[in-house]
Amino acid sequence: MSPRVSRFLALWRKEWIQIRRDPASIGIGVLLPAILLLVFGYGISLDAQRLPIGVVVEKPNPLTASFTGGLEQSRYFSPHPYGSIGEGEDALRRRKVDAILWLWGDFTRRGLREGNAPLSLIVNGVDANTARLLEGYFQGVWGQWLEWEAKTSGQPILTPVDVEGRIWFNPALESRHYLAPGVIVINMTLVGALLTALVIAREWERGTMEALLSTPVSVAEILWSKIGPYFVLGMGGMAACVVITVGLFGAPLVGSPWVLFLAASLFLLSSLGMGLLISTAFRSTFLASMVAVVSTFLPAFILSGFIFDIGSMPGPIRAFTYLFAARYFVSLLQTVFLAGDVWSVLLPNLAALALMAAFFLGIAWRMSRRSLE
Amino acid sequence: MVQRIFGLIVKELLALFQDKRSRFVVIGPPLIQLIIFGYAATFDVNRVAYAVYDEENSGASRDLLARFEGSRVFRCTGRIHSDQELAKVIDCKQALLVLHVGRNFSRDLFTAPPARLQAIVDGRNSNTAGILLGYVNQIVLDFNANWLPLHGIKPPPAVLQPRSWFNPNLESRWFIVPGLLATLTLVVSIMSVGLSVAREREAGTLDQLLVTPMRSWEIVLGKVVPGLVVAMGEVTLIFLAAILWFRIPFVGNLLALYVGLAFYSLATIGVGLIISSLSMTQQQALLGSFFFLSPAIVLSGFSTPIRNMPEVVQWLTLLNPLRYALVVVRRVFLEGAGFADVWTEYIPMALIALATLLGAWWVFRRRVG
Repeated sequence: MSPRVSRFLALWRKEWIQIRRDPASIGIGVLLPAILLLVFGYGISLDAQRLPIGVVVEKPNPLTASFTGGLEQSRYFSPHPYGSIGEGEDALRRRKVDAILWLWGDFTRRGLREGNAPLSLIVNGVDANTARLLEGYFQGVWGQWLEWEAKTSGQPILTPVDVEGRIWFNPALESRHYLAPGVIVINMTLVGALLTALVIAREWERGTMEALLSTPVSVAEILWSKIGPYFVLGMGGMAACVVITVGLFGAPLVGSPWVLFLAASLFLLSSLGMGLLISTAFRSTFLASMVAVVSTFLPAFILSGFIFDIGSMPGPIRAFTYLFAARYFVSLLQTVFLAGDVWSVLLPNLAALALMAAFFLGIAWRMSRRSLE
Repeated sequence: MVQRIFGLIVKELLALFQDKRSRFVVIGPPLIQLIIFGYAATFDVNRVAYAVYDEENSGASRDLLARFEGSRVFRCTGRIHSDQELAKVIDCKQALLVLHVGRNFSRDLFTAPPARLQAIVDGRNSNTAGILLGYVNQIVLDFNANWLPLHGIKPPPAVLQPRSWFNPNLESRWFIVPGLLATLTLVVSIMSVGLSVAREREAGTLDQLLVTPMRSWEIVLGKVVPGLVVAMGEVTLIFLAAILWFRIPFVGNLLALYVGLAFYSLATIGVGLIISSLSMTQQQALLGSFFFLSPAIVLSGFSTPIRNMPEVVQWLTLLNPLRYALVVVRRVFLEGAGFADVWTEYIPMALIALATLLGAWWVFRRRVG
């Protein structure tokens, strides 16, 4: 074995021992991803079901009973009856219900046909997203009931145009299917940037990095030996996340696993490069971890399209998102998991990740080299 | 004794603001997060790219499609002419929505309604997809309501117009920014208080404190009060930014807001002190804070409703002070709540504060004293 190879292997071994003996590495590398995956996987859901809705019927008749019955059938609502609109509004104010349905007017066949709706829906708009979903669900129930009512009374209502919604990739609109791949991004960011930043900054702090640099080992070898074990750790975490995402959360994996592997490797490399860069630039565990959280973890959360749609953000913020690797990785993951190997989406994103990885690793290499002199 | 504690409080505040790092923790991240969250964290859908696949291109189909062009929610990116193109446009994310009008649209519309408008939506982000379909339905309903009288047919029965209270235009920024008031206060108080004992331990000044005649509860109090001062300062700062910069309406009782957030801050300071007293180094304290903060923020109802969570997880959120603070902040801001409406949220926060502060005192005595 050439001295170069055995030197490199020795460095690798040293790094592994260091990881194994450091509770912080185990904490961030293994424990935190597991906790986060479970917390996010079970905690984040945008699927509203059984929304409490107050129902106030002013003049009960068979028709109102038929409609409120239809509401009870829906899996989106759980109706609560109230005697008067005052009571209903009070319940809305006290957050007992998210909305009130008020059948106030001439809720009869004739009344319905007059055109003016003999009913109102009042929604608590504080949580705008839930309110909008609720309105949508309610319109659906109302439309269906009207059609059914018209058919049974023998006077079909005339609908000039009907919308036929087709949702591709996620027909049941399960938010977990698109959120769970997003959690992988968060975890990989943690292992990649936060862990390396923390661990390597500590080596700078303690002076062990300088000690290593003064040996005959080259800077590139040191950097690769630092990256290697974390790369293995990160890919192991990635594999576990994929298994949980597909097995426990039931998300489909339509695309091919090797594309997933390629995307994950490139993202992890760019993330590790970022971590190296931060730790070399700041050289204090405290500052490095703060910077890592602000520059990688938070953007992975907010600016990656993981929860919030990038297309709807204001222009400057949208432009800003291109600076973060997480954006490309989320796009890759959502496509590979739900849509399949769509090369025209995958290629530009993979290229962007490769570029970022090369850029960050290159700068980290240059900066450590300069500090030696 | 009062003088002694007062001296300790002054010393603590000085230490916090004279140290460059802790000044950064108190001022940097909250500002960055307020700006990023305030602008980027939105569930609103606008300027959505859609493509038109109009096989008929008749007067009727153009009338219908023109309604989408007029909406600020949608932005037309082009026309497509075949099913293959349709698949490509969606797959490649060139459009989130394709509106497909079939060849027999006019014939169906005039002779055998209903005519079909097919809306193909990219479901990769299911939330956006659901909201988009809602908008498409709304536009078509409006089209229908206009079309019938124009063609001498009786108007459709009972078109429902929902109203929403407290946030008439359903802007999600009104939901997120007041939430930030509680969330960022949590981050700051956990980070600054959480690091304080560990920092003194690392610097060796903790031993100096311990040899003074001060009792352990006095030392703990000397950490709690400055934390409360900082937290309330932070609240005021973010409150002003929310009202003056983001223009969020504030219709409730200001005192009710502050009292609620004071209970809340005490609870979070207790958590921060426990983390701090348990950690031997600042790094450990930082990690501990991180372990607490991430689940606390996710499982609070800050971005996604608690009601959507599995029941066991919902019970878990009962221990989370942020959960109650978010209710107080949002109700006071948008619903105009006062003491009578939110006092029920004060009780759990006060209980959590009592438990965590006593816990902190206990841990401090065991691990430090």
